[in-house]
Amino acid sequence: MSKSPVRDLIVGLFVIAGFTAIAYLSVSLGGLTYTGPGGLFLTAKFDEIGGLAPRAQVVVGGVKVGQVTAIDLDEDYRAEVTLEVNGNLAVPEDSSASILTAGVLGDQYIALEPGGSDAMLQTGDEVPYTQSAIILERLIGKLVQNFGGGDDE
Amino acid sequence: MFRSHVEKLGGRTIAGISRLGQFTTFAGVLLDCLITRPFRGRRLIDEVYTIGVLSLVIVCISGGAVGMVLGLQGYTVLTRFGAEEALGSFVGLTLIRELGPVLTALLVTGRAGSAIAAEIGAMVATEQLDGLRMMSIDPTHYVAAPKAAAMVLTMPLLSALFIVCGIGGGYVVGVQFLGIDPGSYLKGLEGSIKFSDDVMGSITKSLVFGILVGMISTYRGYTSAPNAAGVSAATTGTVVVASVLTLIVDYIITALWGV
Repeated sequence: MSKSPVRDLIVGLFVIAGFTAIAYLSVSLGGLTYTGPGGLFLTAKFDEIGGLAPRAQVVVGGVKVGQVTAIDLDEDYRAEVTLEVNGNLAVPEDSSASILTAGVLGDQYIALEPGGSDAMLQTGDEVPYTQSAIILERLIGKLVQNFGGGDDE
Repeated sequence: MFRSHVEKLGGRTIAGISRLGQFTTFAGVLLDCLITRPFRGRRLIDEVYTIGVLSLVIVCISGGAVGMVLGLQGYTVLTRFGAEEALGSFVGLTLIRELGPVLTALLVTGRAGSAIAAEIGAMVATEQLDGLRMMSIDPTHYVAAPKAAAMVLTMPLLSALFIVCGIGGGYVVGVQFLGIDPGSYLKGLEGSIKFSDDVMGSITKSLVFGILVGMISTYRGYTSAPNAAGVSAATTGTVVVASVLTLIVDYIITALWGV
């Protein structure tokens, strides 16, 4: 058990490396973020959210600007989705939110389309226009129904 | 004839329960040693060096190799469904939730746990612990507690490094060799891993494994018979018991808390 300062340095470096790895896993991959006071929280109500889950991405024009933090059911049986977007992003009052799917079978995400209004949404506000998720099975069901109906006539 | 069998069975049961009691007492004494002065900071740093730093190379190489295998296997399966872009989340989730903590615990058991048991066992055999007692130094406090504490401290760090190396290995195979889009690999990782479930669960698991391996290896060394066969039995026992317990406890944690 020699008291060598080199060994202390190596142990210190090892501990730093370990904590860096944990921090990388937590922050970069795990999505642990310190949003501070700047995060803008919005809600949006959808009739159908499909497979949308918390931590789904929120994008504007394909660029990630935030994520879904919570999904609840409101008293009208609509899904109330809480979004957290970048604090320094100004979202106009007449923006719309739609649930889209990345690829055919990919993850679902929310696309915000900014409107043209000069007034901006504040934390706690609701995004007024929404478009629900498209459920592929229902779409196919309708398609089959329509074709079936056409044959009968 | 029959009676002797019953007696043997009863004797073994009682011996087993006494061992469990002895182990629990030892665990309590260990814990007590960790919170009573003097704190052996110097000893702890030495043990972090032996357990952590010296295990670093084997952990990183194994992590990288496991990640590469996961990348290759995952690609073969996922490409059948045309879902290669899910490789990132496949590799990341498998490593973080299961393979990282478990394989690190197994590696550290083999690399450092056995060494701890052998070292303490040899100290018992050569009456070094009695020597410490003669100098009124509590051998549990001086020898065993820093080793167990260092095990608990280093296990999550080594596990995290294993996972990062594994993710790197998967990246090398998936992106460099098999031509998956690097963006989709990283996006799959970021999209699927949740801090509260996956990362916290991973850290919890490796902490629990660290406690297990640390206690078992010091206990086995401490209670080994004071001869060469005793040292070898302690070493083997540590590796076998700690490895099997790690796997069983891993299942229990996963089943109970779903991490």
